[in-house]
Amino acid sequence: MKILVCISHVPDTTSKINFTNNDSQFDANGVQFVINPNDEYGLTRAVWFQEQQGATITVATVGGPETEPTLRKALAIGANDAIRVNATPTDSFFVAKQLAEVIKNGAYDIIIAGKESLDYNGGMVPGMIAGILGYNFLNSCTDIIVDGNTVKAIREIDGGRETVSTTLPLIIGGQKGLVEEKDLRIPNMRGIMTARTKTLTLVEPVDASVNTKAVKFEKPAPKSTVKLVSADNLDELINLLHNEAKVI
Amino acid sequence: MSILIYAESAEGKFRKVAFELASYAKKVAESLGTTVTAVTINTTDVSELSKYGVDKVLKVTNDKLAGFSAKAYADVIKQAAQKEGAKLILLSSTTDSIYLSPLVAVSLEAGFASNVVGLPVSTSPFHVRRNAFSSKAFNITEILTDVKILGLAKNSYGIFENASALTTEDFNPPIGENDFGIKVESVEKVSGKVSIADADIVVSGGRGLKGPENWGILENLAEVLGAATACSKPVSDLDWRPHSEHVGQTGKPVAANLYIAIGISGAIQHIAGINASKVKVVINSDPEAPFFKVADYGIIGDAFDIVPRLTEKLKAFKAQH
Repeated sequence: MKILVCISHVPDTTSKINFTNNDSQFDANGVQFVINPNDEYGLTRAVWFQEQQGATITVATVGGPETEPTLRKALAIGANDAIRVNATPTDSFFVAKQLAEVIKNGAYDIIIAGKESLDYNGGMVPGMIAGILGYNFLNSCTDIIVDGNTVKAIREIDGGRETVSTTLPLIIGGQKGLVEEKDLRIPNMRGIMTARTKTLTLVEPVDASVNTKAVKFEKPAPKSTVKLVSADNLDELINLLHNEAKVI
Repeated sequence: MSILIYAESAEGKFRKVAFELASYAKKVAESLGTTVTAVTINTTDVSELSKYGVDKVLKVTNDKLAGFSAKAYADVIKQAAQKEGAKLILLSSTTDSIYLSPLVAVSLEAGFASNVVGLPVSTSPFHVRRNAFSSKAFNITEILTDVKILGLAKNSYGIFENASALTTEDFNPPIGENDFGIKVESVEKVSGKVSIADADIVVSGGRGLKGPENWGILENLAEVLGAATACSKPVSDLDWRPHSEHVGQTGKPVAANLYIAIGISGAIQHIAGINASKVKVVINSDPEAPFFKVADYGIIGDAFDIVPRLTEKLKAFKAQH
């Protein structure tokens, strides 16, 4: 079983979000970057397949040299090798197109990408890869069992969940549930050491049509401070919610 | 050229997002001097859409589409767009629509902007404002393609009545067997309860509630408000509540009109997931809890004392309003 885990290199949640270059670019200055959490769940599930079913794991990202520490971390967690498509991502379709090319060349059985990245929150990449390649695709996947060529999986739906069956090759949009948070792997010293010698292949991007472009960024207006209501005056809260906020 | 929306339904009835999408589409159609066409799948009575400005319905009825299949539904939407010559396609942000949207975009070679909030900033060039960085910033995106797709963030526009004369046309696009590579075996849905995605009000509990046996006070409050119940990550990790109720960065996103956080300190990861909610109320005994920094209204005090009293008072309020 060959698994590709698509990794997005994103600012840590606690980062201050600022923009530079006339508000046209994210200001990465002083920002700590991490493996996108939804991708980390997928990667840990892939490691589970590696340990239980002898899968091999490739991780891939689309980005400049600054993303290599994130790929090395994925290697330290347990991926066998890594691919970096040497390009600055411009939009989701561009990223999907690059990853689709990696997939075409690698004949993977399962492709796992986080259902959403924490920076641009687009939620489009796994679906677009599926659209480009015509593979089976399951989004918001919280569990997956593979037996030979057949797959049973669970998808989270609004207000519940659904059990599906399908066949490989399969693309999944991953999230929490693929593994639980307590089962996420932290790289150990041995992992970090071996990660240094694992193969990280650089590939050049393919052409993709430019469908959308980020023009600029804005920050929301600063929020007014909280209105405190006394615990002895709950009528006041109801009054505020009804007459001021108009939400009840 | 008209604007096409996919008016989503569940168990044969429109979901509220369908009306929000219709309201939004009508407003954009008016500014562009065009009309709104909705495609519906296995919805028996489509007349309600006329209240919100839909001019024409392409009504798809097909037993093969009884269960949700992202690929087949995307195929239907694509064929509807081609039939109408639609240059602008509007989709919602339900779990199902988020699933199918990128498939529609690729098949139509359309530029797709998800998480759109508010009306387009401009229509020439076509600029939209999108939530990014967990609602900590907006990204203005230009769509450069001839056919454009917008995914409207939930509760970001509102529902507005705007009556229209509706015409309905049966539409039966061919659906291939290869649209059903994913087969739904079973669906487990909590019935009789409003889901977090559909709720206007969400009542959410954290570790401050001390144990799953104490969730009754929260459920009573939710019932009076017609709200969905949710929980913080530690609560779902401790198995006090099911994972489907976990809201936050790695859980379900919440974009409710009113979000009430009870015994939730407000870790940054939690706030990231609920920040798109319009009005936030916090009830917490710790005045230093970070949630007070993002809330609109707050009560400092013991949830076990406050919540039952608030429920009683809301009952009385609801009886009068």
